[in-house]
Amino acid sequence: MTMTATAIALNRFGLGARPGDGPIDDPRRWLEDQFARYQPTIMQADLLATRTQVVQDLLDYRAAQRAFRIAKAAASAQAAGGQPSGMVSTGAPPQPGTMAMAPAMPTPPPLALTEPKSMVRDQHILQAGRRIRNAVATDTPFVEKMVHFWSNHFAISVDKMELVGLGGLMEFEAIRPHVLGRFEDMLVAVEQHPAMLLFLDQAQSVGPDSVVGTRASRNGRGNVGLNENLAREIMELHTLGVRSGYTQADVTEFARALTGWTVTGIGRGGLPRPLTDPLPVGSFVFAPMLHQPGERTILGKRYDQQGEAQARAILADFARSPATANHIATKLARHFVADDPPPSLVNRLAKAYRNSNGDLPTVYRALISAKEAWTPTPAKFRDPWNWSIAMYRALGSDRSDKFAAAPDRNLVGAFVELGQPIWRPGSPAGFDDIAGSWAAPDALLRRVELASRIAAQAPATLDPRALAGRVLGDSLSPATAATIASAESPREGLSLMLVSPEMLRC
Amino acid sequence: MIDRRSLLARSAAALALGALNPTLLHAATAATNKRFVFIIQRGAADGLHIVPPMGDPAYGSLRAGFLDSLHGAHQLDATFSLHPSLTRLAGFYDSKQMIAVQAVASTYRDRSHFDGQNILETGGTQAYAEKQGWMNRLLPLLPDGRALALAADIPMALRGAAPVSSYAPSGLPQAQDDLMLRVNRLYGDDPQLSALWTQVMQTKGLVGDLAKSRGQSPADLGRVAARMMAGPDGARVLMMETGGWDTHTGQTGRLATQLDHLDTLMGAMVDGLGPAWHDTLVLVATEFGRTAAINGTNGTDHGTGSAAMLVGGDLQGGRVMADWPGVAQGALYEARDLRPTLAMEALISGALAQHFGLDPALVARRLYPAQQNLRVATI
Repeated sequence: MTMTATAIALNRFGLGARPGDGPIDDPRRWLEDQFARYQPTIMQADLLATRTQVVQDLLDYRAAQRAFRIAKAAASAQAAGGQPSGMVSTGAPPQPGTMAMAPAMPTPPPLALTEPKSMVRDQHILQAGRRIRNAVATDTPFVEKMVHFWSNHFAISVDKMELVGLGGLMEFEAIRPHVLGRFEDMLVAVEQHPAMLLFLDQAQSVGPDSVVGTRASRNGRGNVGLNENLAREIMELHTLGVRSGYTQADVTEFARALTGWTVTGIGRGGLPRPLTDPLPVGSFVFAPMLHQPGERTILGKRYDQQGEAQARAILADFARSPATANHIATKLARHFVADDPPPSLVNRLAKAYRNSNGDLPTVYRALISAKEAWTPTPAKFRDPWNWSIAMYRALGSDRSDKFAAAPDRNLVGAFVELGQPIWRPGSPAGFDDIAGSWAAPDALLRRVELASRIAAQAPATLDPRALAGRVLGDSLSPATAATIASAESPREGLSLMLVSPEMLRC
Repeated sequence: MIDRRSLLARSAAALALGALNPTLLHAATAATNKRFVFIIQRGAADGLHIVPPMGDPAYGSLRAGFLDSLHGAHQLDATFSLHPSLTRLAGFYDSKQMIAVQAVASTYRDRSHFDGQNILETGGTQAYAEKQGWMNRLLPLLPDGRALALAADIPMALRGAAPVSSYAPSGLPQAQDDLMLRVNRLYGDDPQLSALWTQVMQTKGLVGDLAKSRGQSPADLGRVAARMMAGPDGARVLMMETGGWDTHTGQTGRLATQLDHLDTLMGAMVDGLGPAWHDTLVLVATEFGRTAAINGTNGTDHGTGSAAMLVGGDLQGGRVMADWPGVAQGALYEARDLRPTLAMEALISGALAQHFGLDPALVARRLYPAQQNLRVATI
């Protein structure tokens, strides 16, 4: 199987060909032209709650849960009535039969006994649904694929309740606006986003010698102090890269510099209200009372800035570091070109990054003009995200009504089944970007099952032979075409097209 | 997975209200109790194995390798028998409620499944030329043509101007085993994918577990079909799709399973219909038949003439309908396939005219406008 330049532009650089997308006269030009057309705002963004609404919901939910627990305990105590108090304190929930067996007892009021509900899960589904639909519909698939790349580079994992409703917002608010900007700006936007500050515990971190830290140690509260989580992952994962020469002392110094970076409403509990009152909840705030005073030394350089500016200066240096250029060049080359990227390409991308001070379009242009990126042999095994989006795009308008009518939760749930739940890689390192992590027997079986379910809903009028030609073009191998054509029904033929080697790789 | 659940929820709610679906409740002029069901066998079912001509001297040598699988076949007449998996259908035959049809084919004479199914369903003479299906064109002829497809999407045969509703029970039984085998072929030349798929096939015990692990049993599907046709508001025209008939390899085992499913589905539907069965006619048909001879992989390849079945509570059945051309080498079509001697379109027009009490010529004209001189078969 060999890919034409059109197929490479559409599938390797983009998110998958739609019927009739090709052929493209000048594929390189087609990719660069997307920069001007890219829309930073996600499709249907107006459907989403703001981060302030999400955080306020969390605060309300927590309060409601406290009230619920108290009401439940009270009802339970009342139901237990004359029984010895020792029985009540076992905490066992009242059994439905208990009251019926004691008819003399007054029935406890069922008032506050409705379990509180939070909107965060619905928001997560809504956000992930917007991400999927945007990816399927976009006319700037190369830039969108870059958004997905950076979102996974700056991975958060929505495992904690506080993060569930914020995960997607980080991609929409911190990644999307900067995907065609400077790396440093994206870096700062990400590290100041509440999702990241909460995910890597920065919102809890307190400088030991800060106002709050000093007070806590005076009061004998040992659970207040420095948290190095974000500082370490910024250096290891977001910028310099692991084993690039920094030490534990550098990490600790950076963690001290970062103290004070927190989130209003949901960050450090002890934050005095007046400090954050002017800001809505869910905002990034620099809280001087949490900040470790003094100058810091990192990788041999002194930082004597005050307040927020200190960590900002460090981040700026990290963003300009050759180690970061190398780290990012390697990941980009791996994402677009090969699991084991050619060093020549990595060097060229790193150079483009360094020479432009991390201007991302310059780096993308270097990728587009790299001959290594245009090898006709498919080099990447699509991960579940890229395969699914390519599949939905391949089906194109032939099933646009079905796709539009599909509930978000079904679309989002499919990624859980395929082993790549959206914004939930389970680790700050994000999802793996090599075939070995995705090309496994069970994972492949799940893809076949999903393809078959989707094909079962394709319109009866669909001819998979024609569709395969329109989507895969000259990349369609005679063997795949023959297997599709000999299927026992058009839908089976469609299933086969969707799991063909041409669709699984790019 | 996409919207089957929502469809299910919608239909379940409609059922609870005693109606099928708002779109089914159109133009209820005069109620009819007559019901018609089309079960399509996608993939070219081997009529020579389903209604085997055991009495044809040429058959035994032609199909020597398959004869063991026909042990216990139910004898229909001097020439034909019924595959042993079809026990309920054999019972219907004995009670005069079934007609086995042999050597039947649509106008299609090539051997592509998609094109063949398209012509079988549209009633056209050219693949993908006609945009409506003959079942849809039947609806205006009926006093109360409420139609339903038991499928996620309306199959070609039911598509057209007349309103049709569709209902997908959670997970129709799909021919997953067939898909698994074809994926195996798809990955044949790809070292990485074929290695992975070999492991899948090994861990899954080759095939078969998938269809059972999800979705409904054939009996469930039969019961759902019966329920959908029940009562004064139920569907009067219904279509179901079955797959797994494209038996290029290991035919005897796969066909036995598929026929068992078909038999179970039919039995459950008839049981579910109760007294309404006497107003019901079922057509089982496939796009084309398979080669007369066994191929090199214990299967058969795409052919021409095949078998069909009419089953109905009020049918004057218990007979085989065939102008039997025989399977001796000289009798075969293009020296390889069963020669068709009956037009599928003639069979369908005749059966529907008789069942609904309509003028056969009118039915043929409306259902098959592309075929001017169709001679309707007398059922």
